[in-house]
Amino acid sequence: MSHDQAAILEVRGLHKSFGSLEVLKGVDLVVRPRELVFVIGPSGSGKSTLLRCCNRLEEPNAGSIRIEGVDILAPRVDINAVRQRIGMVFQSFNLYPHLNALGNVTLALRKVAGKPREQAEAAAMQALARVGLAEKAKSYPNELSGGQQQRVAIARAIALEPVVMLFDEPTSALDPELVGSVLAVMRELRESGMTMVVVSHEMRFARSAADRVIFMDHGRILEEGPPAQLFNAPDHPRIREFIASIEH
Amino acid sequence: MFERLADTFFNWQIMGQYFPKIVEGFFLTIELALAVVVAGIATGLLLAIVRAFRIGVVNFLIVAAVDVLRALPPLVIIIMFYFALPTVGVRMSAFVATWLALALVLAAFAEEIFWAGILAVPRGQWEAARSTGLSFLQTLRFVVLPQAVRITIPPLTNRTIAITKGTALGAVVAVGEILYQAQSAYSFSYNPSPLTLGAIAYLVLFLPVVYLGRWVETRFAWKR
Ligand SMILES: Nc1ncnc2c1ncn2[C@@H]1O[C@H](COP(=O)(O)OP(=O)(O)O)[C@@H](O)[C@H]1O
Ligand SMILES: [Mg+2]
Repeated sequence: MSHDQAAILEVRGLHKSFGSLEVLKGVDLVVRPRELVFVIGPSGSGKSTLLRCCNRLEEPNAGSIRIEGVDILAPRVDINAVRQRIGMVFQSFNLYPHLNALGNVTLALRKVAGKPREQAEAAAMQALARVGLAEKAKSYPNELSGGQQQRVAIARAIALEPVVMLFDEPTSALDPELVGSVLAVMRELRESGMTMVVVSHEMRFARSAADRVIFMDHGRILEEGPPAQLFNAPDHPRIREFIASIEH
Repeated sequence: MFERLADTFFNWQIMGQYFPKIVEGFFLTIELALAVVVAGIATGLLLAIVRAFRIGVVNFLIVAAVDVLRALPPLVIIIMFYFALPTVGVRMSAFVATWLALALVLAAFAEEIFWAGILAVPRGQWEAARSTGLSFLQTLRFVVLPQAVRITIPPLTNRTIAITKGTALGAVVAVGEILYQAQSAYSFSYNPSPLTLGAIAYLVLFLPVVYLGRWVETRFAWKR
């Protein structure tokens, strides 16, 4: 089967059903190095499921997913090794409440990447510094604001040096005044050349940071294009309606 | 009247006479209780971990065994082990029968408590950990169990105290623990003072445990 050699992430013909509910009905998505692909669409259109299939938190029913050309759905693939290279950030942060910020970032560095403690902590501190939270290394999640927790969650992912980062509504659970700090970190990541797929409703961020916007509807990609085109002159009236409804 | 009471329940001479026996029982009770706690909690935790793999048949067997052990009065299990099993050729000492019965009962309750703790850890914790490449077992060990155990400690402490007090049931099959020593002293001396001494021994042993349980409960009250 031919595939795009230059792609970091390549999804072909992805199908996913939950019981009789077909949630993804043949999705194709190619993300190239240093690209930021923005995914929008109504609630329940399958955005989260698409991201979660990309690191096999959900098992697709059909289709192929390649990370740097390697088929991650192949039967003998080491999924834990693959996941180390795919960073994921969740709407609800999901920090480990029993570990401090440093512990949260260090865990996979030690247990998955196999780094000795000192090296792991050095890498973790670097990642925390990158999200502006080096001085919070010893703080526990319950001592951090939502925005800080989400930045620690980003640090936890980037510390593993992933080739692509998946963000699932990273700012949706945040108070409005905390959204900016998380978007600033994501912008910095993008500028440093990280390949990213972002599901979000932050249209202003999309307009200024996205290379491409994808509109999902009922488990399919309805339209994709540069932000200016998709936001200002979409082919589908549905998209115009949707964008008007969130930008109001 | 008061004198009679004192002579009946606090007869110093008889108390002194049987004191060494009660002390002997005291240490045997500690031994038995510790063996029950260690084996029971370890087995309960192990069963909960096995159950986390969600293998249909295995989980069915675990749940069935746990339900039976929780439903049967511990004394019935002790008597079955000690009196009934020998008829099919399985023999064990009274101490082992009591230990095994209580350890199994504690294991059953502990399994349920640990399992509830594992279920109480949000799915997002599993997903976050797995998304960084941690394996199922690593996630269980480093992310889920530390949180589950913390939720588990207060109910587990209470249950453990309740079941360790069941060591007194060993008296029925003549395990020389506190109650047995006190009772046989009583039947030799026709004076209840050894029973008083036995009750005091239980207080000395279990009051600190009860206080420890209370401390643990406040110490681990869930903070997030
Ligand atoms: N684990 C699941 N079991 C059953 N249905 C699910 C599950 N996860 C998602 N769904 C359903 O799949 C559809 C798409 O969900 P999702 O991918 O979360 O959409 P979005 O992120 O675009 O809001 C929804 O109808 C949702 O209810
Ligand atoms: Mg979603």
